[in-house]
Amino acid sequence: MSVKYGLLALLAEGASYGAALKSAFEARTGGTWPVNIGQVYTTLDRLERDGLVVAGEPDVEGRIAYRLTNAGLEAVERWWRSPVDREVTPREELVIKLAIAITSPGVDSAEVAQTQRAATMHRLQQLTRLKQSVDPATDLAWLLVVEHQLFAAEAEIRWLDQVEASVARYGRPAPFVEVEEQADVRHRHPGAGRDLITQPADSSRDDNEARA
Amino acid sequence: MSAPILRLTEVTRVHGSGETAVHALREVSLDVHPGELVAVMGPSGSGKSTLLNLAGALDRPTSGEVEISGQRLSALKPDELARLRRRRVGVVFQDYNLIPSLTAAENIGLPLELDGQHVVAARQEARAVLKELGLGRLADRFPDQLSGGQQQRVAIARALIGERRLVLADEPTGALDSVTGEDVLSVLRARCDAGAAGLLVTHEPRHAAWADRVVYLRDGVVVDGSAVREPARAIR
Repeated sequence: MSVKYGLLALLAEGASYGAALKSAFEARTGGTWPVNIGQVYTTLDRLERDGLVVAGEPDVEGRIAYRLTNAGLEAVERWWRSPVDREVTPREELVIKLAIAITSPGVDSAEVAQTQRAATMHRLQQLTRLKQSVDPATDLAWLLVVEHQLFAAEAEIRWLDQVEASVARYGRPAPFVEVEEQADVRHRHPGAGRDLITQPADSSRDDNEARA
Repeated sequence: MSAPILRLTEVTRVHGSGETAVHALREVSLDVHPGELVAVMGPSGSGKSTLLNLAGALDRPTSGEVEISGQRLSALKPDELARLRRRRVGVVFQDYNLIPSLTAAENIGLPLELDGQHVVAARQEARAVLKELGLGRLADRFPDQLSGGQQQRVAIARALIGERRLVLADEPTGALDSVTGEDVLSVLRARCDAGAAGLLVTHEPRHAAWADRVVYLRDGVVVDGSAVREPARAIR
């Protein structure tokens, strides 16, 4: 998804070759998300199949320049105008771990939280030092990427604090006991199967993309 | 490694006695060396303020020992303790605590004057420190002519003027927005890089991340001190 729209946005600035797109993608995003050239060509093939780009004839060196079609241009413009879809909740290992920890007998959820907090704090320390070494005048894209990671690490620590505070405040739930009848399970765990947001659980990124 | 500027050895502080006794701190040991900034985090009531008060000789432990610059506080008489506190320890508060009728340079020079230094020399030194911190232009401004972030940076300069090598900061960024808070932290970091020892109590993870070490307190006990800053390395 991000590679697809990243490439479309770069092509909106002018026709380009696969290798040049790869370098531009990496340079323009602070070098944090390297893409391999195979991924670039696979994405370009798919974009061509969907009518968003067209491939030109090979030049003397055998390079093929891709350019956007009108549909491709419209797709980029829609992308700039639309929010990034956050509605599909990704499975997050840490959330799963803590959620199970608080109902697992013999597991100290505070210790699980602390282990993670110390590790995330360590990462926050590294990112803070890294940020100090970035020159915004020459590398603003990289600074933006580092700051995003800083905020993400900070948010994780705050969430861990909140987990601990909630456990302290409300007490640990009773250990999870498998109940035979499905209806009882729903009753005991009213959240079972519910979506965080109203989005249907089976909506894939591609569906969202099609709707966009 | 050089000797610690601040050393707590199995420090316990109990408020009250008998059944109502509250253990604010239990056998906490902590060293802060020159050049080191240590952050203390933990929920409310975990013992952070007690730790800071003991480290600043504002309170005495029920058991255990606090040493500042190699001096055991339990061995000092009250007047010696007061002198040590005045000459060796700087404290930074959330609300800056600058004296409103004095300029930035006068505020910073004041502790030196109280130490007996001549007023001209004290203010010269204050101006030199401000210049070193890139705040030279603020020297003649009064606190109400400074932003919160500027006042706090002046307060940190004041806390570490002269022979003071230990700064205790209690939520120094609490009243500031995130970006200004970082400016304040960068000054604290710079003072520690220049050889001071700092103990920073904060709720803000991103501010604690400026420290060399992060210590977590829970119910008066150190539960973790493993988040140790390493030399910068590329994450990309």
